[in-house]
Amino acid sequence: MSQKIRSLSVNEPLKSTQLDPKFKYEVAKEPGGEGLGYCFQCGKCTATCPIRRVESIYKPRQILRAALLGLREIVLSSDVIWLCATCFSCTERCPQGVKLADVMRAIRNIAVREGYIHPFFQAQGKMISEIGRIFEDDEFINEQRADLGLPPVPIVNLEEFKKILDSTKIKELLASKGSK
Amino acid sequence: MSYALFLGCFIPTRAPSYELSVRLMMRAFDVNLIDLTEATCCAPIPIESLDYTTSLAIAAYNLCLAEEVGLDLMPMCNGCYQVLSKTNTILRTRKDLKTKTNEILGKVGKEYKGTINVKDYLQVLCDDIGFKNIKNKIVKPLKDLKVAVFYGCHLLKPSSILTFDDPEDPHLLDELVELTGAVSVPYMYKTKCCGSPLKSVSDELANKLARDKLFNAHQAKAECFVTVCPSCFLQLDLGQLVIRRKFKESYDLPVLHYPELLALAMGMDSKEIGLNTHRIRTDNIIKKYVDLE
Repeated sequence: MSQKIRSLSVNEPLKSTQLDPKFKYEVAKEPGGEGLGYCFQCGKCTATCPIRRVESIYKPRQILRAALLGLREIVLSSDVIWLCATCFSCTERCPQGVKLADVMRAIRNIAVREGYIHPFFQAQGKMISEIGRIFEDDEFINEQRADLGLPPVPIVNLEEFKKILDSTKIKELLASKGSK
Repeated sequence: MSYALFLGCFIPTRAPSYELSVRLMMRAFDVNLIDLTEATCCAPIPIESLDYTTSLAIAAYNLCLAEEVGLDLMPMCNGCYQVLSKTNTILRTRKDLKTKTNEILGKVGKEYKGTINVKDYLQVLCDDIGFKNIKNKIVKPLKDLKVAVFYGCHLLKPSSILTFDDPEDPHLLDELVELTGAVSVPYMYKTKCCGSPLKSVSDELANKLARDKLFNAHQAKAECFVTVCPSCFLQLDLGQLVIRRKFKESYDLPVLHYPELLALAMGMDSKEIGLNTHRIRTDNIIKKYVDLE
């Protein structure tokens, strides 16, 4: 498993040309990314992370450090940014008040705009764009609901929903081939 | 007392028995629920991860539906509760995001105003109905049933926005469970993630996290789980079958949605509330604690 995940580790010494000093400002400009600069690398996020406990390659502190250093392409193309389960434990405990789950969202949003989309998130996004929900209803479920005395699954106003999506960039973003 | 009911997508299509028990419970306490007939998905984490602007617009659309009926919005899923609360808070505090979101909503003739609150059904139980009124309805206490109580993450965190309970040492759900006569047993990693959001991103990691929950609840001699989030429920109920196979272990821990536990203690019939739709059979605890001998 660990070998398959693209981590943030680099095998050779970094060259200064690989660093993008503006990346931290790019992240901080996204809603939720503001606190990135306050990280002082104590590592409480990694220590508290339930994912880290079961997957040694996932280290929130390392992701923040790489972002602060300006390893833009390495961060955006890595698989680890998609492993956050958004449990918010790190956000809750960070002594510097960095909202890590929100910073991670900001980084994911930038990654998506650059064409790096995790296939699962892409699939979920497409499903929601099409039907307005993550899960479809069908005759079977409505029969089961009727047996329990429940009304049929409410119907999404797809006309309005699609108009909303058309006013955002989501379709364009989802059309990307993913994992550039 | 009336609330706009937010069903979300998971509950009506995959956990109808949960929906039924919430409706029955609210009816028993004279809480009037108005269904939002055109609600969409809440704009869950995957959407947020792809594009925050879209996520705000979708969540705000649903908040508008509640504003139109003039009622506070009552979700019954941790995910919906967190996303809708976060959106409600950020749009109230960030004018730039509110303007941008309203530009999008304007295309369908809606405007987010920020006039309603989002209240999870557990908050309604604790704040509006109150422990005393709940206790008065208990006619069949599930005396000494040992429960591993699980809050899930998105009911408590981030606590800067969600103020339901202490995120590090929550107690309200434990108290609600104990009102039914059951006992909440302490177990390791009680407030840790069940792994559900990682399903399909990494099934291996998702299973490991779920296995930890089952292992620790089993070690603590719990006889069942009580959850309040349909994702946690699925992860521990259906997921338990997967864990048994993958880890060659033989857990047999039924998972109950809290309102189902309450409904049993209020004397409702286990078949009537659809307990037979669970993947891990609840027969043993029903026999031992409800039917009594």
